[in-house]
Amino acid sequence: MGAVDPGRLRPSHTFPAHVLAEIHRAADQGVYEIRGFGTKRPLPGFDDLVFLGASMSRYPLEGYRERCDTGVTLGTRFASKPLHLKIPITIAGMSFGALGANAKEAIGRACTAMGTSSTTGDGGMTEEERQSSETLVYQLLPSRYGMNPDDLRRADAIEIVVGQGAKPGGGGVLLGQKITERVAGMRGLPEGIDQRSACRHPDWTGPDDLAIKIQELREITGWEKPIYVKIGASRPTYDAALAVKAGADVIVLDGMQGGTAATQDVFIEHVGIPTMPALRQAVEALQALDVHREVQLIVSGGIRSGADVAKALALGADAVSIGSAAMVALGCNKAVHVEDYRALGTEPGYCHHCHTGRCPVGVTTQDPELEARLRPEQGARWLRNYLTAMVLELQTIARANGKSHVLNLEPEDLAALTVEAAAMAGIPLAGTDWIPGRG
Amino acid sequence: MRTVDLAATGVRELNRRLRSAADDPSAQSWLVTNPKGAHAIAAGLTRPVRIQIDGHVGYYCAGMNQAAAVTIDGHCGTGVAENIMSGLVRVRGNASQSAGASGHGGLLVIEGNAGPRCGISMKGVDIVVGGKTGHMSGFMAQSGNLVVCGDAGHDLGDSIYEAAIYVGGSPASLGADCVEKDMTRKHRSRLRDLLSRAGIEIDPDRFRRFGSARKLYHFRVDHADAY
Ligand SMILES: Cc1cc2nc3c(=O)[nH]c(=O)nc-3n(C[C@H](O)[C@H](O)[C@H](O)COP(=O)(O)O)c2cc1C
Ligand code: SF4
Repeated sequence: MGAVDPGRLRPSHTFPAHVLAEIHRAADQGVYEIRGFGTKRPLPGFDDLVFLGASMSRYPLEGYRERCDTGVTLGTRFASKPLHLKIPITIAGMSFGALGANAKEAIGRACTAMGTSSTTGDGGMTEEERQSSETLVYQLLPSRYGMNPDDLRRADAIEIVVGQGAKPGGGGVLLGQKITERVAGMRGLPEGIDQRSACRHPDWTGPDDLAIKIQELREITGWEKPIYVKIGASRPTYDAALAVKAGADVIVLDGMQGGTAATQDVFIEHVGIPTMPALRQAVEALQALDVHREVQLIVSGGIRSGADVAKALALGADAVSIGSAAMVALGCNKAVHVEDYRALGTEPGYCHHCHTGRCPVGVTTQDPELEARLRPEQGARWLRNYLTAMVLELQTIARANGKSHVLNLEPEDLAALTVEAAAMAGIPLAGTDWIPGRG
Repeated sequence: MRTVDLAATGVRELNRRLRSAADDPSAQSWLVTNPKGAHAIAAGLTRPVRIQIDGHVGYYCAGMNQAAAVTIDGHCGTGVAENIMSGLVRVRGNASQSAGASGHGGLLVIEGNAGPRCGISMKGVDIVVGGKTGHMSGFMAQSGNLVVCGDAGHDLGDSIYEAAIYVGGSPASLGADCVEKDMTRKHRSRLRDLLSRAGIEIDPDRFRRFGSARKLYHFRVDHADAY
């Protein structure tokens, strides 16, 4: 038998290797694939936009001399104690259970050092995160695992989770291997079971109910705390408007690229719309109601760099939130302990195995031995460095566009590189004044 | 007893007074008049005060209650005593949907009927309903006891975890993974105790017990129809 001519090995575009492997897996197991991380397929995003920079008609600011402020205030609409953050980058809600306690503590410490907020997640508030994070946002989720009015009162803001970008319309799953004694205790569940989180809140549906729910939360917390409403990007035009009507102080909009600890792959890749068009629609909805900047907008889903932050702010967000990128700063997908990635059937750079509880770098695990690989002080340092670098990048771009505050970035500073991005972001295609759909 | 006319003060002021007087020994007993369906009345109480509400209330009355004893002399809207942690909430009339939703502890007594999703996602609360409950009651109930003296609606105890459901009448149908279980002596005595704490007189021998078959605790392809 001679060697096979490589030129004859034509892969199928419809059935590439990963599709074949997935069909084989489904045929074996009879269940959808559950995984962590965010979307893997290419999507239109912030990389398809560029800043124009200064020119004859716009003066830049001196990089090392002139101030470029980064502070933001969130929750000015109704709350008597809004949050004053030093940087417009917050850390998204990630549950204890999905993350280990060391990762939570590292995040809290880094946020405190940077003057920004971190967020609890499904499963409630841990003592470690309350102690380590000076500004902590407490999530009220459909599952209500660990929901406690004392924690509500000691939180700095409350985030009502309606949906997540990775799975708008879906509840959560935490597979049995991650339900340790402590996680089970916090959630009031038997140890080791595959735990499902509900997709709808148990005591309200729709915006009219939500308004009353928000009223109740304000009554319980003395009208002090900013109340956020988190939505997955599906129909942001309506959802943002309805969140405003329901009385939200802040809207958190999570695009389709948003990460997750464990969700059906079919959900991650096929439900919801990307962050960039969702952001434009939400901003337009707020502007139509004349509450843009009065109701602040936090955007998440695929934010990785200061450039991404700058583009989100220029399109009208007040701040961004990061989940996956923060995990990466803590060591996710780093080429260490390679044998443990291989034991999961993957390699550094490809890992999405948060759902297994066997995180090779100790971020998304409850296993004491693996968790010990992430020391909270070290993790906090990494995350702090990364956030600092992002802020420097953000300021570099803002100054180059002549802005003394990062919130002064505006759509006019941007150009789109693709027709799709031009249409989705409502930004002219570079070299033209054409925005598809607008004449 | 201190009396607050809600028509004159409004909910925000009432709740503010209840919060600020929590440690005042002369303010341990309150009467609220003219509730007229207002929402979030007496939500978020933290001390063992006694509150009597004279009339019908809206959503989330006594929400997240801790330690207080709240009696509603009327009917109530959605989510009465939602996420109750401790204490006692008593509804003399009927309760709308999601009564006691995600309650972590304490006792909720509904002397009349309860709407759909009573005890949904309950996490340790005890709920005693004198009459009937609507569909999907005890949905994803994790722990605690739900006692229904009358009939229960469709899909009782769907996806239930470790909570126990006692029904004096009969359930229209059981939800996924909810099955009838033996009524042992231990369970009968627990039920007797719940009924006596609720002040409802009914023969415990009439009741049947329902709980989790625990078949959905781990995904198995042969159970895919139940998901
Ligand atoms: C490990 C992990 C756990 C998460 N847990 C929650 C959660 O408990 N509640 C929630 O609203 N979102 C949760 N999310 C989603 C994040 O809050 C956020 O929306 C998302 O990570 C943002 O997108 P990014 O990952 O691209 O930055 C989680 C995300 C990750 C990566
Ligand atoms: S390295 Fe850890 S955190 Fe990153 S994807 Fe893999 S399991 Fe998840």
